[in-house]
Amino acid sequence: MQVTINVNDQDYTRDVEPRLLLVHFIRESIELHGTHWGCDTSNCGACVVWMDGKPIKSCTTLAVMAEGHKIHTVECLEKDGVLNPIQQGFHEQHALQCGFCTPGMLMTTRALLNDNPDPNELEIRTAISGAICRCTGYQNIVAAVRWTAEHEAAAK
Amino acid sequence: MAVVEQNLPGPGPDLERPIGYGRLKRKEDARFIRGQGNYLDDVRLPGMLFGQVLRSPYAHARVISIDTTRALALPGVHRVITAKDLETLGLAWMPTISYDTQAVLAGDKARYQAQEVAFVVADNEYIANDGVALIDVEYEPLPAVVNARKALDPGAPLIRDDKAGQRDNLASPTWEAGDEAATNRVFAEADVVAVRDIIYPRCHPAPMETCGMIADFNPNTGQLDIYNGNQAPHAHRTVYAQVAGLPEHYIRIMCGDIGGGFGGKVPVYPGYVCAIAASIVAGVPVKWIEDRTGNLVADSFARDYVMHSEMCAKGGKITGLRVDVIADHGAFDSTAQATKFPAGFFHIVCGSYDLQASHVKVKAVYTNKAPGGVAYRCSFRITEAVYLVERMVDALAIDGNFDPVELRMRSFIRPEQFPYETTTGWTYDSGDYAKTMQVALDICRYDEMRAEQKEKIAAGELMGIGVAFFTEGVGAGPRKHMDILGLAMNDGADLRVHPSGKAVVSLSAQTQGQGHETTFAQIVAEEIGIPPEDIQVRHGDTDKSPYGLGTYGSRSTPVSGGAVGIVSRRLRDKARMIAATMLETRPEDLAWEKGKWYVRGDPGKAATIQGIAEYAYSGKPMPAGFEGGLDAQALYDPPNLTYPYGAYICIMDIDPGTGYPTIRRFIAVDDCGVRINPMVVDGQIHGGIAEGIGIALMEVITFDEEGNCLNSSFMDYLIPTALECPGYELGETVTPCPHHPLGAKGVGESPNCGTPPAVVNAIIDALYRSKGIRHMDMPCNPARVWMAMQGKAEPPQ
Repeated sequence: MQVTINVNDQDYTRDVEPRLLLVHFIRESIELHGTHWGCDTSNCGACVVWMDGKPIKSCTTLAVMAEGHKIHTVECLEKDGVLNPIQQGFHEQHALQCGFCTPGMLMTTRALLNDNPDPNELEIRTAISGAICRCTGYQNIVAAVRWTAEHEAAAK
Repeated sequence: MAVVEQNLPGPGPDLERPIGYGRLKRKEDARFIRGQGNYLDDVRLPGMLFGQVLRSPYAHARVISIDTTRALALPGVHRVITAKDLETLGLAWMPTISYDTQAVLAGDKARYQAQEVAFVVADNEYIANDGVALIDVEYEPLPAVVNARKALDPGAPLIRDDKAGQRDNLASPTWEAGDEAATNRVFAEADVVAVRDIIYPRCHPAPMETCGMIADFNPNTGQLDIYNGNQAPHAHRTVYAQVAGLPEHYIRIMCGDIGGGFGGKVPVYPGYVCAIAASIVAGVPVKWIEDRTGNLVADSFARDYVMHSEMCAKGGKITGLRVDVIADHGAFDSTAQATKFPAGFFHIVCGSYDLQASHVKVKAVYTNKAPGGVAYRCSFRITEAVYLVERMVDALAIDGNFDPVELRMRSFIRPEQFPYETTTGWTYDSGDYAKTMQVALDICRYDEMRAEQKEKIAAGELMGIGVAFFTEGVGAGPRKHMDILGLAMNDGADLRVHPSGKAVVSLSAQTQGQGHETTFAQIVAEEIGIPPEDIQVRHGDTDKSPYGLGTYGSRSTPVSGGAVGIVSRRLRDKARMIAATMLETRPEDLAWEKGKWYVRGDPGKAATIQGIAEYAYSGKPMPAGFEGGLDAQALYDPPNLTYPYGAYICIMDIDPGTGYPTIRRFIAVDDCGVRINPMVVDGQIHGGIAEGIGIALMEVITFDEEGNCLNSSFMDYLIPTALECPGYELGETVTPCPHHPLGAKGVGESPNCGTPPAVVNAIIDALYRSKGIRHMDMPCNPARVWMAMQGKAEPPQ
């Protein structure tokens, strides 16, 4: 069946099987490889994208369910060659190692900061508790979110 | 907001922008924070097909027939490969890294649940999965044995009837280390003996990216290109040459970015061989990406050791250790170990203590479980050894009524005893254990915590303080002592400085997130003074890097780091020859200051490394006998392992009603010698603590009596999230490794040694002081802690 899905503010029309997962639409149909797949069961969060600005797991969302919604992926964060502060924060605080969970973590934490510009440690840990990182032990991810919150507050 | 590339280091000296060692931010971040990493599943080749594996539903069953008719009739399915097809290619069985053989696809029978039975090649992964569902296999189920303690029972089903002369499920002869008679004497003279049966349950590395391969065989040229995230590309190429009978120089392995390894990407898996076979028969590239269930149930597991342990003390000091282990190797013996060490490095089990005697026995058994025994952030079974000895020290503290810290302090190997030969034959290089322990106690405020604990116990609350002290031997290893499948465990390095003063260093180590592109550039920068941003680190492509055995067992810095240190010094010596010609003086009149050779006593007369590089490629006169250019090669054979160590303390609160354990604080003080990039070292320790917490509290692979794996997805193989992990309080001491070119030791696996015993000791400390409970096995999840509190804790299956 044919669907038109808006990804990163651009419409993509493709013929898809009804069973096609959104993560595979993003990775295979429109070739945006930043969104990763890690577990099949909605546990790991490597596939997190935004649907209408809210983080969702694209491995347990059908592509057809995304029609009529706005999808954003990690590729939307950098604008005109300028990194989003959350990307900078992850770099500054060594909040990534292998990088596989990073796109999902970035989308999860950016969404948190959009809703709550000054989250405390427990709020940050709760927000990323649906995403697994096997490398960092989370401490530097928490620090990266705080770094970003403080830099964004200072920039205002 | 600056872009990350602009944030890379400029001229030092600045701790954050060093030309050399320091907290340099990582180069590789630039692509990862943009979602531009190049992982295996991101690779697209023209005409590529997709493979999927059909797995056995039974743990033990004869394969009566395989009917692929319905699968082949499905549009989009190209081929179905079975054991019969592999036989014609000579690929039905493959050697393991322990000199056993493993069925690539089950032909005669399936020996574990999820064993590979057939491989479907189709247009895309959805159709491949449909094809798998349409294969009709007739099985004759057989009794299974999944408990290592029952595998040697007389009536146990024989698993390896394919092996001539195999009459039982023993996978190895009993292997021994230490001195049995001396140990018996020490035990006879002891005044306290603690005895425990300790189980280190099966768990799994579970990297975020599963395993997979793209095999691209060109029938016209005979060239086999392999895209595969593995931890040892050069060793894999040699193995494929042996397995497939292909010429090694026509095999090229390309590892892009790897989404975590932790040991799980060391072995060669049946899916890899199937992808290669499929590409050979189909003549097009074939991609296989494992699903998460396949990863958890069929890929290399870790641990699975049943350890009968006895430790004794005399006069308040630990004197002896006796250990008898049954190692569960699953259906095929593919445990990771250097060949002369049949039980891996388990006999480092005497830990950090000056024992009078020890005796260790290990035997391995086959069970109807997935093969492996590969490390999970662990050097060849050292993790099991550390867990055993640190649990036993606490057991001895309980049974002998000692303070666990004082018992350790009294029993440590003393600084003046190094180099120290242990009772099982290791030669520890350096250490000041009491100093490191004291740093941890100070961070912890140990006495204050013990006082609080007393108050809590009086108030009916459960609080535990768990202490662990580990010594690891990492950086395998010396050619005279160790090899894998006959390959010396050495690593190469190749350094080229170009005319513009920019350099490329090529490694045989293979990063899976450890930050090699940054830290190895820092080593070169430290040695020759070229800024790290002017040094590209190349690795992962067997056509573009020197031979070596890769990254696992915390060996990158100990072995590859040594190679890079030496190659840099060779290049620096070469630069000195050229500088002497440039400055019209003798090489011996020159002195080195980072980045330049200058005339001794006349520092204004100098040649920078960049100036020397430009000169080296110019038409100007060269030193006599010198061909020009500025490059060097090295292969590093380490003289010994490096011996990092550390003191870890866990402060634990347990809900007295539910048994729910909460880690309140976690202190880790590591001594890994010289730290090249302290930020990266801290990151390694953070991640290893989280994995250690997972192992201690929740990560476990278990089976029911029929051999069904009960932990086949992240719904039931639980990995700690940010909510189960505390903030970590780190400290350090620095005792340079005396024999390593950089003074560095490995560190990646240290936290996975120290953390599980610290966490479990904390739980048992809480349960013993409040309820008199002296032992429980991992995982210490709430249900099992609650059962232990009721006196009903069972060992895991």
